[in-house]
Amino acid sequence: MNKKELAAKLAKKTGLSQAKALEVINVIFSAEPREGIIAVELDAGRKVTIPGFGTFATKSRAARTGTNPATGAKISISAKKYAFFKPGKTLRERVSE
Amino acid sequence: MSADTLTKARLAERVHDSVGLSKKESAEIIDDVFDLMRGALLHDEKLKITGFGNWIVRDKAARRGRNPQTNDSIIIARRRVLSFKPSPVLRVALNAKE
Repeated sequence: MNKKELAAKLAKKTGLSQAKALEVINVIFSAEPREGIIAVELDAGRKVTIPGFGTFATKSRAARTGTNPATGAKISISAKKYAFFKPGKTLRERVSE
Repeated sequence: MSADTLTKARLAERVHDSVGLSKKESAEIIDDVFDLMRGALLHDEKLKITGFGNWIVRDKAARRGRNPQTNDSIIIARRRVLSFKPSPVLRVALNAKE
């Protein structure tokens, strides 16, 4: 299922227009700069917890020295944050059935 | 709930602020969004939210593992796990320099 199909299903279930349904989904999930509720929270170092679905959080990766495999040159890779999703207990158990 | 966590109630408030639906409607619609997403994943569908990330249910084969406390060798049964891969847009957003 992609975003457009999710918007169509949401519209059907709620009676919102498809455009409005897509707007709601974008308000929650956009990751454009300073947009998207979840992305902004994660960028600020906070977590987002949806009971029955899961938790969105960030983890850090330390800076490290890597090697360019083509040239063998050493390069420094800076520390990074990455988004991490942990499925909630209910979802995890139901997926594994 | 600690202050560093956004709960569903506060998510509903933010949706209410930015989309102009009532708070009650916003809360219901958020429940619907995550219900539909969960439904897709439980029906073996891949879930792709462009610009945010993809979720996929993966089959993991059985493998031999070890109980780290007792050192006993055990068989980890085949199982299914849900994995999430953030989109490039989200990865960049989290590492943008101000």
